[in-house]
Amino acid sequence: MPVRIQTEDFEAGREIANLRRDNAAVGAIASFIGVVRDLNDGAKVAGMTLEHYPGMTEKSIAGIIEQAKERWNIHDALVVHRVGELKPLDQIVLVAVTGAHRGEAFSACEFIMDYLKTHAPFWKKEQTPGGSRWVEARESDDVAVQRWQSKA
Amino acid sequence: MITILYFASLRENLGRGAEQIALPTGTCDLKSLRALLRARGAAWGQAMADGSRVRAAVNQDLAGDDAAIKDGDEIAFFPPVTGG
Repeated sequence: MPVRIQTEDFEAGREIANLRRDNAAVGAIASFIGVVRDLNDGAKVAGMTLEHYPGMTEKSIAGIIEQAKERWNIHDALVVHRVGELKPLDQIVLVAVTGAHRGEAFSACEFIMDYLKTHAPFWKKEQTPGGSRWVEARESDDVAVQRWQSKA
Repeated sequence: MITILYFASLRENLGRGAEQIALPTGTCDLKSLRALLRARGAAWGQAMADGSRVRAAVNQDLAGDDAAIKDGDEIAFFPPVTGG
């Protein structure tokens, strides 16, 4: 499965080893890991709860991976995203892409992450000293994804 | 019947995560469904207002106001996404 949503932690090395296993055509692997910070919008973050839309979230990310495969010559891609209770230092998301060359792997990895941030149904609720709050979507994420729309 | 799901802050503000309703006559797209829900008043009016930032999906695909709705569909409303 190129998309996994889970509460458990993941081990990037093992995931990447599985992704490229026995494929000698792979010459490049690009990966991204998102982690929980202890500060957001000026408030100390003690932890967060990540919610998703079971079914649509997987479908949405699978569609993003398909778009990346149409756009760049890559071999494979994997997205692992955690949900549930997370705290600072915890890993949230892994995106890994294999390809023949680094340029396409880097681009596809960034594309998948930018689209995931703006299109895949996940919502974060942070616990701060002032109480719990839903994280607001960032305009900078919309700007990041628009770059790919202008690069036809 | 259609199934309507609500997520994150919307679920909290509206006080429910899911409901099933009979598709009323004349409700044929997301815009008319929003209008129907808006008429419930209070928090619904704000959440379903035209131009609100609430997103929608029909059968698990993001959808705009003109998206068609038919019996048996799964509709979801949710705030802008914040994963990753």
